[in-house]
Amino acid sequence: MFTYTVRRLLLAIPTLLFISLIIFLLLDLAPGDPTAQLPLTIPPEVREKIRESLGLGQPVYVRYLLWLKQFLVAEPLHVFDTMFGTGFADGMQRVISWQTRSPVADIIAQRMPQTLWVVGLSYVIGTLIALPIGIISAYRQYSWFDQIGALVSMIGYSVPTFFTGVLLIVVFAVNLGWFPSIYDTTHVVDSWDAFVFQVRQMAMPVFVLALYNAAQISRFMRASMLDNLAQDYVRTARAKGMSEKVVVLLHVLRNSMIPVVTVIALGVPTIFGGAIITEQVFKVNGLGQLLITAIYANDIPMVQTLTFIFAVLIVLFNLIADVLYGMLDPRIRYD
Amino acid sequence: MLDMSDARKLVEIRGLKMHFPIFSGLLRRQSGAVKAVDDVSFTIYEGETLGLVGESGCGKSTCGRAVLRLYDVTEGSIRIDGVEIAQADPAQLRGLRPTMQMVFQDPQASLNPRMTLASIIGEPLDEHTKLGKAEKLNRVYELMDAVGLNRAFAHRYPHEFSGGQRQRIGIARALALQPKFIVCDEPIAALDVSIQAQVVNLLEKLQDEFGLTYLFISHDLSMVRHIADRVAVMYLGKIVETAPREALYAAPAHPYTRALLSAVPEPDPRREARKDRIILKGDVPSPANPPKGCNFCTRCPEVMEICREAEPDTFEVTPGQFVACHLYAQTNSEQTAGQAAATEAHKSIQQGD
Repeated sequence: MFTYTVRRLLLAIPTLLFISLIIFLLLDLAPGDPTAQLPLTIPPEVREKIRESLGLGQPVYVRYLLWLKQFLVAEPLHVFDTMFGTGFADGMQRVISWQTRSPVADIIAQRMPQTLWVVGLSYVIGTLIALPIGIISAYRQYSWFDQIGALVSMIGYSVPTFFTGVLLIVVFAVNLGWFPSIYDTTHVVDSWDAFVFQVRQMAMPVFVLALYNAAQISRFMRASMLDNLAQDYVRTARAKGMSEKVVVLLHVLRNSMIPVVTVIALGVPTIFGGAIITEQVFKVNGLGQLLITAIYANDIPMVQTLTFIFAVLIVLFNLIADVLYGMLDPRIRYD
Repeated sequence: MLDMSDARKLVEIRGLKMHFPIFSGLLRRQSGAVKAVDDVSFTIYEGETLGLVGESGCGKSTCGRAVLRLYDVTEGSIRIDGVEIAQADPAQLRGLRPTMQMVFQDPQASLNPRMTLASIIGEPLDEHTKLGKAEKLNRVYELMDAVGLNRAFAHRYPHEFSGGQRQRIGIARALALQPKFIVCDEPIAALDVSIQAQVVNLLEKLQDEFGLTYLFISHDLSMVRHIADRVAVMYLGKIVETAPREALYAAPAHPYTRALLSAVPEPDPRREARKDRIILKGDVPSPANPPKGCNFCTRCPEVMEICREAEPDTFEVTPGQFVACHLYAQTNSEQTAGQAAATEAHKSIQQGD
């Protein structure tokens, strides 16, 4: 298993390099100009100077290799420096955002907590709701519980988050006034009341995303449980005289969790990048919202860096899912 | 053959019915039932092996599972070791599981792929005994010795074994609680011929060692001839003939049994060429919609007018040989089905050899 993991990690390096090149070329080929939003009174020759100062005068491969050096050498060294107080990264150019002229990594670090809290929590809650729903729906197949579960999942899965989000804002923020419609990032939790406010402002975005996640995972869980409930070894367990609880929770659930765990693991990268729309609807200034504004402003270093981080996460969680599969299922061995 | 005179009835099945409902239509109303097992009665004496044979889909496996109450039976009485279990609730059944166990057909699918051999065999001990960890492992080793598995395999997973070894695991698991009665549901159907003999010999050895009683379900007639003391033949959810092994193979009474036995291949090619096979025409009717009268009337080579109208009663044609067929009605017309069932056990005790 260890050699397999190491081999996969080594193989991930050329994969990621290739992905980064593709992203870079796509962004380079895309129409758009970083100076487009500057006032029209700026004369063309000044505009050209601005463009050159951003490094756009150089050929594509020079810019790509430069970004690669900044991202893979300067940024990690900078992190190392701030942690241990050393000076390895002194004088090295970091990846700079064209919008704010501040390092991209710093902005991402600022935005990360909001995304992790709102989107991450919704993923955890969605999973925690989905698992019992899936288990009960499968165990009582075609019961009213199963039918309602199927209906709710269908709604959660098919109605887009920008619709449920706006609907919730209209009902609960505008008409009932229970929750604020805009997420306040500057809010500091330092007392009980502040905590309650934080919960209230998180409630709606978390609910919208949790519904969406739970809809998917509960269906997976149900299908996997049904698959295993029909297996012969379940009858064996019953014939052994095991109690129904042991049969369902030990024999069936443990086997059913194998595919579900990998589905959950594969969904984790979407926490970081997938909630773009929901963050936009509720004005949560997390990573999704950062990506959207960077795309609008033609902030190529920012878009490039964010997309590449998402790619790294997807490759990494694919590997984690595979390793988990091997750990959970004794029939699968990587040698 | 076993001496029946002092044998005790261990398993007594009376009028067992296992119907699976069919739902159809917009509102999923029950529109009928698959009569997988329809009014079956038989007795198994302590220490004997009753072979249950029949073609695919005739209800053999369902019957075996219903006897152990792995299904909720529709009707009938099941007495195992003197306890009536046909309507027992799950908690009561769990308490009775140590007496009755099952060896399943598919040795691959019937073992939990995520459990090691030691935990598969040892799990019933967790539930039904209060053994310590070391004692339990010891018992697992004993069982592995009994079925001829190397002790070093205790911590491996089922997929690491061959089919024959897996079936041994299944047998060791069934033996863990020292049961009296084991239903072997086609235990050799999924195995190679060379392994089949090994497993059947193992089952016989264990029967002698632990005094087990078997209900041996199979469609392999020569294997049943080898292992069974008495044989019951099933067709479309009903038992058509029950007889001591020798009597059945020497002189099958029911037309279906004759057809079934004539299909057994003959090792000698010259005799094989001369053999008269009874070839049945048509297909088995659907158990959801069995024919009126005798279930076999649509394919019986000796069908009569009455077969299409009335269900045949059970007649004892030779001592211990019971046949449900109208052909024997003339000679034994005074007997009725109810009497036959009631006297079955009595007569075999009296006249058993």
